[in-house]
Amino acid sequence: MPAVSKGDGMRGLAVFISDIRNCKSKEAEIKRINKELANIRSKFKGDKALDGYSKKKYVCKLLFIFLLGHDIDFGHMEAVNLLSSNKYTEKQIGYLFISVLVNSNSDLIRLINNAIKNDLGSRNPTFMNLALHCIANVGSREMAEAFASEIPRILVAGDTMDSVKQSAALCLLRLYRSSPDLVPMGDWTARVVHLLNDQHLGVVTAATSLITTLAQKNPDDFKTSISLAVARLSRIVTSASIDLQDYTYYFVAAPWLSVKLLRLLQCYPPPEDAALRGRLTECLETILNKAQEPPKSKKVQHSNGKNAVLFEAISLIIHHDSEPTLLVRACNQLGQFLQHRETNLRYLALESMCTLASSEFSHEAVKTHMETVINALKTERDVSVRQRAVDLLYAMCDRSNAKQIVAEMLSYLETADYSIREEIVLKVAILAEKYAVDYTWYVDTILNLIRIAGDYVSEEVWYRVIQIVINRDDVQGYAAKTVFEALQAPACHENLVKVGGYILGEFGNLIAGDSRSSPLVQFNLLHSKFHLCSVPTRALLLSAYIKFINLFPEVKATIQDVLRSDSQLRNADVELQQRAVEYLRLSCVASTDILATVLEEMPPFPERESSILAKLKRKKGPGHLPDINNTRRNVNGSSDHTETNEVTNQDSTPSFTDLLNLNSSPSTGASLLVDAFSSSSTPASIDVNEENFSRFVCKNNGVLYENHLLQVGLRSEYRQNLGRMYVFYGNKTSAQFPSFSTSLNVHNKAVDPIIDGGAQVQQILNIECVSDFTDAPILNIQFRYGGTLQNIAVKLPVMLNKFFQPTEMTSQDFFQRWKQLGAPQQEVQKIFKAKNPMDKEVTKAKIVGFGVALLEGVDPNPENFVGAGIIHTKSTQVGCLLRLEPNTQAQMYRLTLRTSRDTVSQRLCGLLSEQF
Amino acid sequence: MFGVCSQDESEVWPKMQFMLLFSRQGKLRLQKWYVPLSDKERKKISRDLVQTILARKPKMCSFLEWRDLKIVYKRYASLYFCCAVEDQDNELITLEIIHRYVELLDKYFGSVCELDIIFNFEKAYFILDEFLLGGEAQETSKKNVLKAIEQADLLQEEAEAPRSVLEEIGLT
Repeated sequence: MPAVSKGDGMRGLAVFISDIRNCKSKEAEIKRINKELANIRSKFKGDKALDGYSKKKYVCKLLFIFLLGHDIDFGHMEAVNLLSSNKYTEKQIGYLFISVLVNSNSDLIRLINNAIKNDLGSRNPTFMNLALHCIANVGSREMAEAFASEIPRILVAGDTMDSVKQSAALCLLRLYRSSPDLVPMGDWTARVVHLLNDQHLGVVTAATSLITTLAQKNPDDFKTSISLAVARLSRIVTSASIDLQDYTYYFVAAPWLSVKLLRLLQCYPPPEDAALRGRLTECLETILNKAQEPPKSKKVQHSNGKNAVLFEAISLIIHHDSEPTLLVRACNQLGQFLQHRETNLRYLALESMCTLASSEFSHEAVKTHMETVINALKTERDVSVRQRAVDLLYAMCDRSNAKQIVAEMLSYLETADYSIREEIVLKVAILAEKYAVDYTWYVDTILNLIRIAGDYVSEEVWYRVIQIVINRDDVQGYAAKTVFEALQAPACHENLVKVGGYILGEFGNLIAGDSRSSPLVQFNLLHSKFHLCSVPTRALLLSAYIKFINLFPEVKATIQDVLRSDSQLRNADVELQQRAVEYLRLSCVASTDILATVLEEMPPFPERESSILAKLKRKKGPGHLPDINNTRRNVNGSSDHTETNEVTNQDSTPSFTDLLNLNSSPSTGASLLVDAFSSSSTPASIDVNEENFSRFVCKNNGVLYENHLLQVGLRSEYRQNLGRMYVFYGNKTSAQFPSFSTSLNVHNKAVDPIIDGGAQVQQILNIECVSDFTDAPILNIQFRYGGTLQNIAVKLPVMLNKFFQPTEMTSQDFFQRWKQLGAPQQEVQKIFKAKNPMDKEVTKAKIVGFGVALLEGVDPNPENFVGAGIIHTKSTQVGCLLRLEPNTQAQMYRLTLRTSRDTVSQRLCGLLSEQF
Repeated sequence: MFGVCSQDESEVWPKMQFMLLFSRQGKLRLQKWYVPLSDKERKKISRDLVQTILARKPKMCSFLEWRDLKIVYKRYASLYFCCAVEDQDNELITLEIIHRYVELLDKYFGSVCELDIIFNFEKAYFILDEFLLGGEAQETSKKNVLKAIEQADLLQEEAEAPRSVLEEIGLT
């Protein structure tokens, strides 16, 4: 036997494992396994009842086979049988099998839960622990349903053993994570917090994890944990290393518990109480001081344990972001680690400094380490460390160091790992745009990007450079000159041809005075690239050519010859052929004036969030990217914040990509000309905005929709089945909105076609409720801004409850009618969680706003609300009774509606239940 | 990308998502999942991650970003120990979780080697459950964890003994 075998030896199992290890090939292994599976199956099916030991052995073999990566489709029942064995070892294997091979077979789940229930109630701590481990390992919803209310009781019971408490705390944590709705808050929560004071450090360790997770979701309920956590932490950091006995890890006092306590404190802002705050600051200072002390051991475990606590303390300091001295000390400490011989520490220092860079207190301190970080970029051998260095350079970049950082990133890009090139390209593009003082630098940087890493330059990046050049006339001449020069290179990236073609098509005239870049030279240069390019680029170049015909009448004949050639007019690609035919025809029939109008310079693009920034955010996920716009407070002044407000409304306006549509392939079809001058650039379907819809259920006035251009306000009045709605459209910009129109999927009066900058126009809608309904009308709004057609669709808040007439009635009447409406389909009930604080007055106001009469003194329970009203439609009237029962302890409501019509009950219940 | 690995607003996922032990040859020796994943997803994750880590050079950093997770790993003799934690989690303490687990195995088996874990895989799971539960450190004291396991072993022997006696006299 090659291995020790404590306790029992399952000899058969050991032999089987040896056999498997001796298999020379995958086929032999599969053969041996199939043989064993057949054997086990026959044993399980055999007439002779198996004893517990054999059952255990076979179940264990099945488990082994499963862990080797093979499928197991039987044996579950035998494993469940083992659970009810009174022999610990059999029970244990049964639980292990269930934990590893859970099956959602509902019959089994019931049996498993039964066995668990027995063990939980056995008062035998080892059995209880096995059961708790199993629940924690499986963590399924069925188990949460069965045990979520039982476990808190075990956790806080006075006579529960410490080890069971530990398991119960983490078991509950697992259930709360997978099914938070099933874990009821209650009296036990206060007692759980006090486990932070427990004498047994293992109990404190387990409880802290549970409390942290609960506090993240219910911070108010666990506020008392702050002072207890600080007290505990303070005792740990000031203890001598032997005080905590076995909880000391390589001379570090309770590192796991310390990290968890520091994590718990990150759920809250700095303590308000000055004494408590002082005590916490002392703890943090002590931890920072210890980092400077000579190590008590040379072992890496000692330094790791110590630094784990240190990094968590720094996270808390950054989270509080309120003590400049601590922030600067943290930064200096990390600065030391940047040059540490341990790769792990250098990695972590770079990572942690990234977050420090976003604090106004430490941003400058972080910047002092720039040279070290640049050096890391050049010398680190591990790509994951270099990636951290790139992130940090990006985070510490501001106007003062942008040129140097961008230059370093560009030079790193030449040799960078392929896996991180695209991200570096995006970062360089963003920094170059954000910190460009003169835009010639910006243009140079982007062209360099295309030159160095053309394949990694996404559409967003080169769209953006064109957008910026078009919007800034001071850089257009320079851009034309630079792309012209860059295109001289014998081999240039196709992205450069796209940018070059577009820019010369628009602004080639600005450099045409120089004989070295005369119109013909420009054209020949572009056309020399034509045949090497893909179809979308060729389509773009054809558009550039027709623009040349307008800019330079002297090359018209040359270009017409090119367009007329068979390779264009008879091109197999339908898009290219169509462009060639249309452009050729246009150049022949149109007068100079018409040509000049049709091919006019592109109008400026509306300013909005850089689409590259959005792309980087998508790529990294919101949590990963230090947002250089939002998070750095005050450092760069308010001018940097201008772009950020527009982010949220991206969806409602056509994205920049649609707008340019340069990359048109045959399938999308649209040509440059069409994009620029027709209004058909509207996306086929736009999302209907209903963000504010539910706010109008209980009120009639307010702002329905708002983006950076337009605000739509509402005022409405209803009487019986009729309503009148005043819609106000406010232009938030200084420019005029021409071609303003709205349409409704029901009849409405026309609105003024133009809204002046800053002005507001009003539209009146008359509404009649013909019969009960669910869907609300959609209001479509269209107007032009900055050359683009804006399209907005908003759901108008016309809901059934608007046609309520409140009805007062006595308690006796109410209950009589309530009984009359007793048919099952007439009643709709919904139980739901409170989304807002449960305030009695607010609830009353909402019910009245909903349109019914609030009936006082009807319900025997004064906490409950009842109401009555009649819905008026043209054809009929529907009486309606409602009852709302709040349960403040569980933070839940039960809403019951009874009306004579089931569709009405359902709709009203749906509308009202969203309001609390 | 696996949906379950990403942070969802409505649900809180554990900090540690899973732990894998595998050999230099890429054979999985232990797998512990703290998030619900299908068997297929587990296999794909293990395969991809084992390849990624085996491709790394010895002196490289113990941490790497992988999908939207952070991987913390360390090699002990022929075995790689690897934990997947959330991006914001403490890497160094996770590294020491691995070390403490190795210490526990070492103490229990007496200078542990890969074969011990192969032949006594169930014990490796039991020890892990005493130490970590639901992906969180349950008991960090080496003494306490081993005490719990040894108590269980004692129960085992008591339970085993009567069986053979009864068997001998033919009562089963």
